[in-house]
Amino acid sequence: MLRFVFYRLALLIPTFIGVSIVSFAFIRLLPGDPIMLLAGERGISQDRYAELQALYGFDQPLVVQYFNYLLGLLQGDLGTSIVTKRPVLQEFLTLFPATLELSFCAILLAIVIGIPVGVLAAVKRGTWLDQTVMGTALVGYSMPIFWWGLLLIILFSGILGWTPVSGRISLMYFFPPVTGFMLIDSLLSGQAGAFRSAVSHLILPSIVLATIPLAVIARQTRSAMLEVLGEDYVRTARSKGLSPARVIGLHALRNALIPVITTIGLQVGVLMAGAILTETIFSWPGIGKWMVDSVFKRDYAVVQGGLLLIAGIIMIVNLIVDVLYGLINPRIRH
Amino acid sequence: MKRFSFAAALLAATVLSGAASAKTLVYCSEGSPEGFDPALYTAGTTFDASSKPVYNRLVQFEPGTTNTVPGLAESWEISDDGLEITFHLREGVKFHSTDFFTPSRDFNADDVIFSFERQLKEDHPYHAYVEGASWEYFNAMSMPDLLTSIEKIDDHTVKFVLSRPEAPMIANLAMDFASIFSKEYADQLAESGSMSDLNQKPIGTGPFQFVAYQPDAVIRYQANPDYWNGKQPIDDLVFAITTENSVRQQKLLAGECHIMPYPNPADIESLKANDALKVDEQEGLNVGYLAYNTQQEPFDNPKVRKALNMAINKDAILDAVFQGAGQAAKNPIPPTMWSYDEEIEDDPYDPDAAKAMLEEEGVTDLSMKVWAMPVQRPYNPNARRMAELIQEDFSKVGVDVEIVSYEWGEYLERSKAVDRDGAVLLGWTGDNGDPDNFLAVLLGCDAVAGSNRAQWCNEEFDALVQKAKTLPTQEERAELYKEAQVVFKREAPWATIAHSVVHMPMRKEVTGYKMDPLGGHHFEGVDLAE
Amino acid sequence: MAQSNTIITKGAEAGTRRAMLAEFWYYFSQNRGAVMGLYVFLAIVAIALLAPVIAPHEPSLQNRGAFLVPPVWEAGGSWDYILGTDAVGRDILSRLIYGARFSLFIGVVVVSLAVSVGIIVGLVAGYFRGWIDTAITRVMDVILAFPSLLLALVLVAILGPGLVNAMIAIALVQQPHYVRLTRAAVMGEKGRDYVTAARVAGAGHLRLMFRTILPNCTAPLIVQAALSFSTAILDAAALGFLGMGAQPPAPEWGTMLAEAREFIMRAWWVVTFPGLAILITVLAINLMGDGLRDALDPKLKRS
Repeated sequence: MLRFVFYRLALLIPTFIGVSIVSFAFIRLLPGDPIMLLAGERGISQDRYAELQALYGFDQPLVVQYFNYLLGLLQGDLGTSIVTKRPVLQEFLTLFPATLELSFCAILLAIVIGIPVGVLAAVKRGTWLDQTVMGTALVGYSMPIFWWGLLLIILFSGILGWTPVSGRISLMYFFPPVTGFMLIDSLLSGQAGAFRSAVSHLILPSIVLATIPLAVIARQTRSAMLEVLGEDYVRTARSKGLSPARVIGLHALRNALIPVITTIGLQVGVLMAGAILTETIFSWPGIGKWMVDSVFKRDYAVVQGGLLLIAGIIMIVNLIVDVLYGLINPRIRH
Repeated sequence: MKRFSFAAALLAATVLSGAASAKTLVYCSEGSPEGFDPALYTAGTTFDASSKPVYNRLVQFEPGTTNTVPGLAESWEISDDGLEITFHLREGVKFHSTDFFTPSRDFNADDVIFSFERQLKEDHPYHAYVEGASWEYFNAMSMPDLLTSIEKIDDHTVKFVLSRPEAPMIANLAMDFASIFSKEYADQLAESGSMSDLNQKPIGTGPFQFVAYQPDAVIRYQANPDYWNGKQPIDDLVFAITTENSVRQQKLLAGECHIMPYPNPADIESLKANDALKVDEQEGLNVGYLAYNTQQEPFDNPKVRKALNMAINKDAILDAVFQGAGQAAKNPIPPTMWSYDEEIEDDPYDPDAAKAMLEEEGVTDLSMKVWAMPVQRPYNPNARRMAELIQEDFSKVGVDVEIVSYEWGEYLERSKAVDRDGAVLLGWTGDNGDPDNFLAVLLGCDAVAGSNRAQWCNEEFDALVQKAKTLPTQEERAELYKEAQVVFKREAPWATIAHSVVHMPMRKEVTGYKMDPLGGHHFEGVDLAE
Repeated sequence: MAQSNTIITKGAEAGTRRAMLAEFWYYFSQNRGAVMGLYVFLAIVAIALLAPVIAPHEPSLQNRGAFLVPPVWEAGGSWDYILGTDAVGRDILSRLIYGARFSLFIGVVVVSLAVSVGIIVGLVAGYFRGWIDTAITRVMDVILAFPSLLLALVLVAILGPGLVNAMIAIALVQQPHYVRLTRAAVMGEKGRDYVTAARVAGAGHLRLMFRTILPNCTAPLIVQAALSFSTAILDAAALGFLGMGAQPPAPEWGTMLAEAREFIMRAWWVVTFPGLAILITVLAINLMGDGLRDALDPKLKRS
């Protein structure tokens, strides 16, 4: 088992180097010059431009720039944002908890609803219930979530006034970030109502972000369950007279969950892509929005560092999923 | 349920302020500040969060105007040759006392010298205190060339020595980059090795002192109890950062904030109609224009440019793009600026005459490019839509338009090229309220291949503008600027399209808010009615 | 010997193909959703093809007297503009009809691009193995390490915003799925007897790859193509929504949504309809995709 983990880790190294080259190269290829962008309508003189190029290190050959970048990387230095002049890593770490909190709630929502619904659909295969569930799941799977978010805002914030429009917590509550997770911090603050406020701000964005993973998990659970329900040992268990609940809960579900766990792991990438749109719509101060803004502002350092960090996270999560999968299902280890 | 949350909210508010009567003003700002040292940055959003609430300058703009009035300097004299300006500093001004800094002395000449020398001198310890510090505005206003030295005469007298007489200098010193910092605080930070805190935890003399900032979410300030101009009527000031304007609007309607900038033009009517709100408006100090490339055929012919100008239906643009939040422009400078020439008559909208004029000049089957900016600017809330309307207008006079757009930085860069193909939609917002800041910067010969997007160098115009810069009095300068506007209108290097009208929706209980023609957002003197 | 073998195979091939098609249609038509999806999809194709005939107005025609007219059933609506108009007085229905062209075009181009390049690369990797396989697999791993939309966004930022570049970017981020599928299928088929037989009979690399192995790997690729058709439409719309896809005034649905966003509180129809159009199209294709998978994947047929 340990060898398997090490093998998988070793495989990550070339990929990670590839990712670092890609994120570095991409940014150099971006047309539009951050210096020009900063100068705006005012423009900038040739001399001054050269000065700034030197200041940001853009005047050096690409290979030297990449080397310096790698060197910094090894020391945990991802460079400094050209726009805010703050270290990229520091910006990432301040904003990441917001994305993590949102993603966590979304995936939790997707699992808590998706798995039971998928099991139910499988057990009641062919009934109107199955069809409704699967129809709904397919609609969810086909949803343009940026539009879905707007619709929910119109309905719940605009017309009904039930949920706040954007942000993470009502401004009335003010406490220093301890963990960066608003749900935890609001509880720690001891301020009455703060937790409630944080939850109400999370609802709509979580629903929007959960939509696609929920649909995928429900569908995957159903088909995994169907497959398992057809297996011999389930039939045997059934014929032995075990109650259907026991058969489904104990024998079938446990085995059906193996592929579902993989699916859940794969949703991390989906969540990150979804976070870009969801955070943009709800003004959620996380890294999805940060990346989009930085792409538009041509903030080289941020896009480069952000791409690298996000890719790194996805790679590590995938690794964990692989290892977990290997643990549950020893057959695929080799 | 409702009552519970209200009680909880009340409780929280009480806990927050420690006093039941605390007044909190919430401003739904449009973006995160880049930092809190205004001299490092150029964005208005950053100035709103740093220089405006936290700092003062030697000279300040009188609220609601572009006139300069005393700030931290009570008075000043300019020598006869125009090369020396002596400032007499206000006494007894206190820097903020916060949980991260307690001042031991009042504001004095050392602070002034520190604030400028860090930008001027390359060997100053604070010249490169954050990575990539480039002092953009200081450079953009030519301060390194202009400032020979800054001398301390005594604790409360400072002399600026210039390399040439420069009429707009006083106005420059009222700009955000000229904010006065505490040297004592900077020294303390240098000692403790945390210099970059100067940009993260600001200490100034301004009406509000900094409390906390959560990136992309919220900035908190509280009233400076020792403010030299009197403590503010509100106790706490909160910036709720909300980038989407439709979301900002929702928050304003829901009472989650009291005041917001940059509403959707489309929604202004409905905001005005709302009983809980009022909407202030003012003409912005800006101009949106379409700059022809006057070095490219057939646009090198003033008559062709004039004809195209006559083909543009400005009223339709004001309707569809500005949704009424704009005013048709006839001059290159905005009407709120001194020396604006009221006498000038705008080109009439007359497609038939325009078509005839084009035919007269032998221009048929013309196809051209119109460049549309990819971003929303105060002088042009939707350049693409504007370009589409111009496309329609021009098609009526037989001119075929292709709309092109680039990423914003590239757009700015590419549009500078002398051999650029096509006419460019762009605009300008004034920095210091001086006409020179429009006419020389945007239309002077020196600016060709730079900020002069029309690539237009007219000797007559240029001579007038250059001369005006050296004259001592505003009246004399205004005369020349008016003449220059006549030349501009005759030669038509641009189609002047519009000046925006800036709207500021706020809840009815907000009192004392004054709109800034320079586009900033100030909360000094603002109160909340009970 | 070799010759007669070929003749027999050919005759049998035609027969089996017909039988396979019949079988495919049988299973496909069992799935009511898939058939419904097919009909809706065909309707959308018809709408796209006939756009100039059906659309009541020119999609880019601005009526200066009719800004933000509500749909016909709302107060103030009119039959001239059944689904209302947008901020510059363009008919939303006509724009949606023309928008169908964009979405289908995007889907077709992206899928053809991703499929053709992906198959070739995957074939090469799976057939030759060795260092070239390792290199290709690593590159695909690198692409897959980024969230697809983020990668597409950055790519479009590099290439410049616009429909063509958006399609290229999306095709590129979809690439690895085809490469992996093809590679896996090729590796599975390569050791089979018929491949060995063909090789012994003297077939060249190209022939082996494209004529012998590839036709036996098509089923998963077809299913993947259907899925990525809908993903392509969604991603292109998302890019358009972020201002990086088709540029105005093109009536691409995502771009329309981006333009409409500022009217979210004032004119719900400019926001609602383009999104609904995206949803319906994507849903129809996904329904079809499900049917395809059921019909082509023998393992699922049992259940």
